[in-house]
Amino acid sequence: VTWENSAITIALLLPLVGAAAIGLMPSHADRATRLAAVAITGVAFGVVTAITLGFDFGTGGQLQYELRVPWIDVLDTHYHVGVDGISLPLFFLTYLLTFLCAIYTLAHLPPPGKPKGFLALMLLLQTGMAGTFVVFDLVLFFVFWELVLVPMYFMIGIWGGPRREYASVKFFLYTLLGSVFMLVAFIAIFFQAGAAGIEAPWDIVVLSETGIEAARTFQIVAFAGVFLGFAIKVPMWPFHTWLPDAHTEAPTVGSVLLAGILLKMGTYGFVRIALPILPEGAVVFAPIIGVLAVIAIIYGALCCLAQTDVKRLIAFSSVGHMGFVMLGVASLTERGVQAALYGNIAHGVITGLLFFLAGSLHERYHTREMGEIGGGMLVKMPRYGALLVYTAIASLGLPGLAGFWGEFAALWAAINPAEVLADYEGLYLALVIGGAIGTVLTAAYFLWMIQRVSLGQPPRRWSEEALADVLPLEWAAWAPLALIILALGVWPRFVFGVQDPAVQRLVGFIGGS
Amino acid sequence: VQIDWAAIGPEIALAVTALVVLLTDSFLKGDAKRFTNPLTAVGVVIAIGLTLVIYGDGRETFDGMFVASDYALVFKLLLLGTFLAILAVSYHYFSEGRYFQGEYYFLLISAFVGMLIIPSARDLLLLFVALETVSIPAFVMAGLRKRDLYSSEAAIKFFLIGVLAVAAMLFGISFIYGATGSTALEDIAAAFAADATPDPLLMGAILLVIAGFGFKVSAVPFHFWAPDTYSGSPLPVTAMLAVASKAAGFAGLVAVTFIAFEPYAELWAPAMGVIAVITMTLGNLLALQQRDIVRLLAYSSVGQAGYVLVPFGLAQAGAVEINQLAVQAVLFYLIAYAVMNVGAFAVVIGVARHTGRRLISDFAGLGYRSPTMAITMTVFLLSLGGAVPLVGFWAKFVVFQAAASAAAYVLATAVVINTVLAFFYYLAVVRTMWFGEAEPGAGYIRPGRLLGGTAGVLAAVTLILGVFPAYQNLPVGDETAEPPDTVAAAES
Repeated sequence: VTWENSAITIALLLPLVGAAAIGLMPSHADRATRLAAVAITGVAFGVVTAITLGFDFGTGGQLQYELRVPWIDVLDTHYHVGVDGISLPLFFLTYLLTFLCAIYTLAHLPPPGKPKGFLALMLLLQTGMAGTFVVFDLVLFFVFWELVLVPMYFMIGIWGGPRREYASVKFFLYTLLGSVFMLVAFIAIFFQAGAAGIEAPWDIVVLSETGIEAARTFQIVAFAGVFLGFAIKVPMWPFHTWLPDAHTEAPTVGSVLLAGILLKMGTYGFVRIALPILPEGAVVFAPIIGVLAVIAIIYGALCCLAQTDVKRLIAFSSVGHMGFVMLGVASLTERGVQAALYGNIAHGVITGLLFFLAGSLHERYHTREMGEIGGGMLVKMPRYGALLVYTAIASLGLPGLAGFWGEFAALWAAINPAEVLADYEGLYLALVIGGAIGTVLTAAYFLWMIQRVSLGQPPRRWSEEALADVLPLEWAAWAPLALIILALGVWPRFVFGVQDPAVQRLVGFIGGS
Repeated sequence: VQIDWAAIGPEIALAVTALVVLLTDSFLKGDAKRFTNPLTAVGVVIAIGLTLVIYGDGRETFDGMFVASDYALVFKLLLLGTFLAILAVSYHYFSEGRYFQGEYYFLLISAFVGMLIIPSARDLLLLFVALETVSIPAFVMAGLRKRDLYSSEAAIKFFLIGVLAVAAMLFGISFIYGATGSTALEDIAAAFAADATPDPLLMGAILLVIAGFGFKVSAVPFHFWAPDTYSGSPLPVTAMLAVASKAAGFAGLVAVTFIAFEPYAELWAPAMGVIAVITMTLGNLLALQQRDIVRLLAYSSVGQAGYVLVPFGLAQAGAVEINQLAVQAVLFYLIAYAVMNVGAFAVVIGVARHTGRRLISDFAGLGYRSPTMAITMTVFLLSLGGAVPLVGFWAKFVVFQAAASAAAYVLATAVVINTVLAFFYYLAVVRTMWFGEAEPGAGYIRPGRLLGGTAGVLAAVTLILGVFPAYQNLPVGDETAEPPDTVAAAES
């Protein structure tokens, strides 16, 4: 056992052990429980930071910290973990955001309180999310993929807003439907690969070396199954309807993790599994994905324009942003996949911070209705107001901040789709135009939101009231995200550079530029 | 005839225990009668020991009518393990209710003797006798709460439909005997294999035999007795009917379909596939409507039976690999199902012991009234639904695996849709327990160590088997100890 082959396992097990430890703490030890969660997530974040620092960025295309041991013999599945350049940013983000969520929970926890249950679920969720990004066995991938459902279900259902029961059940069943179809597709891939003589037919690395050798129809059908699972998670239009409900009703921490990490599992799945293993299926589905993505961009933006609730607006903005990410994927080029993965990270950081801000907004105003808040935040709470404006502007894609690069690069990639998509060049041009219109609409609704809640003078009912500006604990949770937004905007190679070798490896054989 | 006594050791141990319990009971008075329960448990443990002793020997006796292959022995261990759990949940129920304890345990053991024989039986007549040995004590046990009208209704309904099913089955057996001249399963298979185009009448006979087992496993349309019998019977009896008796029924169904009827798989397998889909869909749809937790579990068990029937729909004459996967899927599903379903019943009995009620709404706020009960129940329900990392997921997984190996994507899709459908009602209970408010004044629930412990152990098993599903150790599909079912498949 060396650090090299056990580091990831340690990082995955720490939250699980922590969840058990927190479950054993006495329920009246409120403060101690919250501090314990900060300590556990802090240590886990430390481990992942060490992994990141020890990562050889020059060979980011290769799996590092790899461990592969048999798990269920008769199924030929392995406990196969490792990180490459595609996994690493998402893996890191998972531990960072959960750590920040634990810090935030020191200050805020929605009714009915009970930090013990809440934090234990959050840690369980962390293992599920993190595992999804670092496992390279289809069965194991599915187990981690599904592991996030139950904790998130309880998080929304117990600590959520007024319509929590509806939202939690909808989230659970909707996601489940997609993922069970995905499971059947995985098993079909397993048999097909086994029949084609592949040695380790569950292994994602092996399967994505060359893609599966199978008839076109098989690839299309299997891709359809996998597509359902991932598309619902992303979510792509028209499978997005669980998202606004789940995001809006979830407690702040739940929304942050949903937007920041859970949605990324979908795009990650497309890039890691669907495209490389089923390349022919991908070529057939790419134009469809592109069309759905652009519909999502425009539809999401139009929905945002109609919202009056800040949190719901941010939720719908996710639909549009994930549309850009999927547009990048649909180009099937290296550049597009890069854009998608970059957009993933950027959206995770920005929208994560936005949901934090929306949560604190509710803590102060006890409403999220823009009409009731009525503006003047920059006067009333200058620091908070400034942070909201900053993040909203980052989200709408201002150059120099993180949101810009993902959208810009996705549109750029879609102008030049992969050679295998040459027949669809006209379509892709139309998609780029649609996406560009979407960026304008995105800017419109965010600016409109800023105008309605931040600018002007606060209405009388709020000017009398003492509303606290950003608390020290909130600074601690938010400042890292705000800094990352700036850093990624100024120097996008932070992420692009890490991913580059791994993406080249994955996309090379589809035939893109 | 030379009899291999070791091969029938477990059955003999149970039969002796039954007599000892009946005799001891008549010398015990009042409260002391409750000691028949641990006495029974001792007999079961001995039977488990005797099963383990002959494991791996591959014995058979009575001219091959009774085989103790590893496959059959795993089934017996499953049944005996379930038996222990049922004894644990019976203890308080029967001693506090002052029901007929001695008689109950005697009947229970008798039924299990029949169940143990079924996986070993390789002859239609022995199967029939074994099935009756299960059914007749079960009719009586269903009506044990004889002052309760519902219990009487449960027994009468169970009896009438049961007798009808058995009559149909016997009728079918007589035709098959007439056509093939034998009741031994392998001889029947050989005769069938020689005759490629069966008489339509013979097809009817095959379906009649399958229908007889369909009653036992509560497959639609032979499921009508299940909900009323389940909800009227004493709760531990319900657990027995829903798990053990059903598993035994499936063991018999495996034997007749995959051994005797295997050459005609192309004819009956599609019918089984259709029955599977109808069973799971109807069971799940009706479960959605229930307000009584026992009725919900009853319909859920109908739905679950549908999933177990799927592998039967995949059977193909001569396709050894697919048939092996199918039989393995059935066995593993039943193991998983036994663990999680008995667990769910343990919680229901524990809560009902305290509150005396069993509506789903009575579970409101259980998360705060008894966290252990609520957590274990959540584990069982999520596992029944098929969530990771619980054993129920792997049960579904093996079914999907078997379906994919036979390229039966329509069946797989039906299972997918039903999985989601079933989660609606499993989650409804979970929601009530955790998100619902308890009635004002409702206090803490203490189910007692025995019930709490049983639920806890079963929940732990659900989780452990969920992380390490030990089904590579199942004898089915193993080269060294190939089960007779697949031997027959290979021969034909």
